[in-house]
Amino acid sequence: MGKIFFKEKDLVVPGDVLAEGMDYLPSGGCIRENDKIIANHLGLVSQENRFVRVISLAGKYIPKVGDTVIGYVADMSFNGWFLDINGPYEAALMVKDVAEFIDKDADLAQFYNFGDLVIAKVAKVTRYSNINLTTKGPGLRKITGGKVLSITSTKVPRVIGKQGSMVQMLKEKTNCNIMVGQNGLVWIEGKSSEDELNATEAILKIEYESHIDGLTDKMKEFLEDKNELHKKK
Amino acid sequence: MSYTKRNDGRKFDEPRKMEAKIGVIPRADGSAMFKIGDTIAIAAVYGPRELHPKFLQNPEKGILRCNYDMTSFSVPERKKPGPSRRGTEISLVIEKSLLPVLDLNQFPNAVVDVFIEIIQANAGTRCAGITAASMALAHAGVPMRNLVSAVSVGKVGDKIVIDLDKSEEDYEEGATDIPVAMNGDHEITLLQLDGEISKDELLKALELARKGCAEIDKVQRDTLKEFYRGIKDE
Repeated sequence: MGKIFFKEKDLVVPGDVLAEGMDYLPSGGCIRENDKIIANHLGLVSQENRFVRVISLAGKYIPKVGDTVIGYVADMSFNGWFLDINGPYEAALMVKDVAEFIDKDADLAQFYNFGDLVIAKVAKVTRYSNINLTTKGPGLRKITGGKVLSITSTKVPRVIGKQGSMVQMLKEKTNCNIMVGQNGLVWIEGKSSEDELNATEAILKIEYESHIDGLTDKMKEFLEDKNELHKKK
Repeated sequence: MSYTKRNDGRKFDEPRKMEAKIGVIPRADGSAMFKIGDTIAIAAVYGPRELHPKFLQNPEKGILRCNYDMTSFSVPERKKPGPSRRGTEISLVIEKSLLPVLDLNQFPNAVVDVFIEIIQANAGTRCAGITAASMALAHAGVPMRNLVSAVSVGKVGDKIVIDLDKSEEDYEEGATDIPVAMNGDHEITLLQLDGEISKDELLKALELARKGCAEIDKVQRDTLKEFYRGIKDE
């Protein structure tokens, strides 16, 4: 039987030996070198049956098919737009993948112009460098109003929470509409700028304290305190 | 004349005092500072990001681009800022010393930019630069098999010493200075030598470098872990 050199949720650095022997398999954030499994990312390590995995704490967004992302229009061509989605490469949004009907010789800038923020879905990824987006689908569109803030993409699962528990709680407590893109851009739209500010503060707090257990309860307390303070005023 | 005592009172196998910090440049994807004695290096990592001009792109895997420079106030005599013959060479050797541990296969047509700036120099700047860059790369989340640590060893007078400072480099007719970079498994990724040294002495010097690198490697790992653990315990 192979040996394991870590405790669950340990912090590991590239080069740390995680396991020895062929009984264990690397499944993300780590690699096999001879009979050892070595971390190749900085992150938190976890084990599930025979699989060893390092959840990275830093790094660019790597697009996956089906992810909902928020990007801004960085470039335009005759048949589509190129969106900056916080990853290593720009993603293409082709005219044929857009929900709106676009006439053959229409001016594309009328639909999405430079700097416009768009909620889109990753439709196709070929070896990372070619990314196709689509806005066909519910909730996918150009963003108007509200504000967008950027967090590290690796922290997105914490902002969403288990089955969306965290984001649901945030929406209730701040009265804001919140859309979390898998690439780390978060769109917040509230009735007042104060609500938006509260939500922003909460999300940045989640990003900063993302390794703490029981974060949803902690955030709930944090926001309830805020609301109470507001009432007193 | 034999060299019996080091100018700053260190033992012959004792490196200078080290200090490291992560996240010193907020706008960079990853950054780190490494200080050894009076030498201070800061490194910033940007990317992976698309590489322009396009003819430099490699469609098979991502490339690494390093830039080493010394600030004009880092040395006693003002250094003219910008690329120089020496700076270009050191940028290149740093690139080659970091590349073996990086895994850029999943980023075709992309580049990882590493900028190393020496803000205070007292010998061993390229080694401090490599050490800082390696930490910055880990902080930026670039996939890497191991960390790289570097230290200079050399022969001053008739003694083999580790981590030479400026006064030792200039000792009598000049010392033999050997910058060595190693990954965490003690595999050498950089070895430069100019000056004279016998085979036995070189092997002895490398043994010393191995010990020094292990010490630096520990500082790097502790600093990276401390950076995130600090947030965890708050």
